[in-house]
Amino acid sequence: MALPVGRPEEESGLEQIEVDLLLEGIYRRYGFDFREYAPASLRRRLRRRMDGERVETLSALQSLVLHDPQVMERLLLDLSINVTAMFRDPTFFLAFRRQVVPLLRTYPFSRIWVAGCSTGEEVYSLAILLAEERLSERTRIYATDINEAVIDVARLGVFPLEKMQEYTHNYIRAGGTRAFSKYYVARYDGAQFARSLVDSVVFAQHNLASDAAFNEFNVITCRNVMIYFDRPLQDHVHRLFYESLATFGILALGQKESIGQSPHEGAFEELAAEERLYRKVR
Amino acid sequence: MSYELIAIGASWGGLHAMSALLDGLAPEVDPPLVLAQHRRVDSQRGALAELLQKHVERPVREPDDKEPIEPAHVYVAPADYHLLVENGFFSLSTDARVQFARPSIDVLFESVAAAYAERAIGIVLTGANEDGARGLAAIKAAGGATVVQDPASAERRFMPEAALALAGGADAILPVEEIPGFLYELCVGARR
Repeated sequence: MALPVGRPEEESGLEQIEVDLLLEGIYRRYGFDFREYAPASLRRRLRRRMDGERVETLSALQSLVLHDPQVMERLLLDLSINVTAMFRDPTFFLAFRRQVVPLLRTYPFSRIWVAGCSTGEEVYSLAILLAEERLSERTRIYATDINEAVIDVARLGVFPLEKMQEYTHNYIRAGGTRAFSKYYVARYDGAQFARSLVDSVVFAQHNLASDAAFNEFNVITCRNVMIYFDRPLQDHVHRLFYESLATFGILALGQKESIGQSPHEGAFEELAAEERLYRKVR
Repeated sequence: MSYELIAIGASWGGLHAMSALLDGLAPEVDPPLVLAQHRRVDSQRGALAELLQKHVERPVREPDDKEPIEPAHVYVAPADYHLLVENGFFSLSTDARVQFARPSIDVLFESVAAAYAERAIGIVLTGANEDGARGLAAIKAAGGATVVQDPASAERRFMPEAALALAGGADAILPVEEIPGFLYELCVGARR
C-alpha cells in the first residue's frame, strides 16, 4: 500500500515537522525551550550543527542530540551564542554616556542587567564606560546568559587580538577619550582585558524564556538577543523586563528592535528613539 | 499562481543597478521588494534607503525586527544585520558573516526560499563575490522564479556569473534596465 506522503514541494513542511520534533525532544530531555525561537534563524543554526555533526537530516541530528549530551552542548552553543562586538553601534554608547549616565549619577547606587550577555563584549564595553564616568564604585552589573559556557568565556575577558583595531575604532566613535589599549594586555593572539573592570560584575546563568525576575534594576540592556525569539516569547521577555525595572528605569534594545508592539509600550517613553533607549514611566 | 515577494541581492555596483531597476518599475508591480546590498559595517544608518527613495514613489525602509512585510514597499537590509523573512514578517540576525558579508544575500534568499517557495522571485545583480549563488539555487529549487543581471552588462560580472553557474541558469538573464519589464510580465501580466 502506498502511503499518502506530501509532494516534493511540500518538503519544507516535512522539515518543519522535524524541527518541531527536535525542539520538543530537547525541551523534554534537557529543559531548554527553543520552541518559541524565530524559525528562519533557527533553521540556519540547526543546519550549521547538522554540517558540524556530518548528518543529512534533522531526524539524524535529533537522535544524536537525545542520546549524546555532548552533541547537545555543541548545539546549545550554536543556538545561544549571539555574535557581537565591543561598542557595537558606537552611537548607542555615546547616547548612553550623554543621556543615561546623568540619570545614574542621581542615584547613590544602581544596578544594571545585561540580559543575554553572551561572550561578554557588551559587559566590558559598559564597564569601561562606567569606569571612565567614575561610576564603577556605585553601579553593579549583572550579566546573565542561558549558556554557562559563554558566561565562562565572558568571565575570562579575552577577546581576539585581531578585533582590537575594529573595537578601538568603535570605542573612539562611542565617545571614548583614553587610549583603548590601556584596557588590555596582548597575550598570544588574545587581548586580556583588565580584571579590575569586572571585579564587581555578577555573572550568572539565567534563561529569559523560563526564569523569573531576580532583582530590581535601574538599567536593563538586551540588545540583539530577542531578534532570535518569535513574537509571543518577545512579549514574555518584555513583561519580565517591565517587572524587573524600577520606576524611571532604562531599557536599551538593539538598533532594529522596537518596544512598539510590546504589551508594555504604554509604560515607556522614548529617551533616545534612534538609539532605542526607553524609560519606564509607569 | 501569483508572486508575493521579490528578493534582490547586490554587491559592488549595486547602488547604481538598484537605482536603475527602481527607475523602471511600474506602480502596478506591487509585491514587496527586499534588498540585501553589501556595504561597510559603519555605513550611516538609513543612508542607502534614503538614496533609493529618490528613485521610487513607494516607501523604502530598513525594517525593524518582526516588522510585517507589506506590498508596494521596498525593504533594505540594515547594515551589519542579516535580514531574513518569515511568512509575512521580517527577522534580523547578527550571526557570523556569510560569504564575508552581513547582510548576506544567501541568508536572505534561503529564508525566502523556505517561507515563500514558488511565490518568490529572486534577482542577483552586479557584484564581485559569490554571495547569492547558493540562495538563488535555493529559490529555484523551491519553485520560485529567478532573474540574473546579464553579466556582460554588469559593473562587476563575477557575482551574476557565479549565480548562473551554481543555479544552472535562470528564468531570465537581462540587462538591469530590462528587469522591470520582466517583473511586470511576471507579476501583472499573469493576472490578466
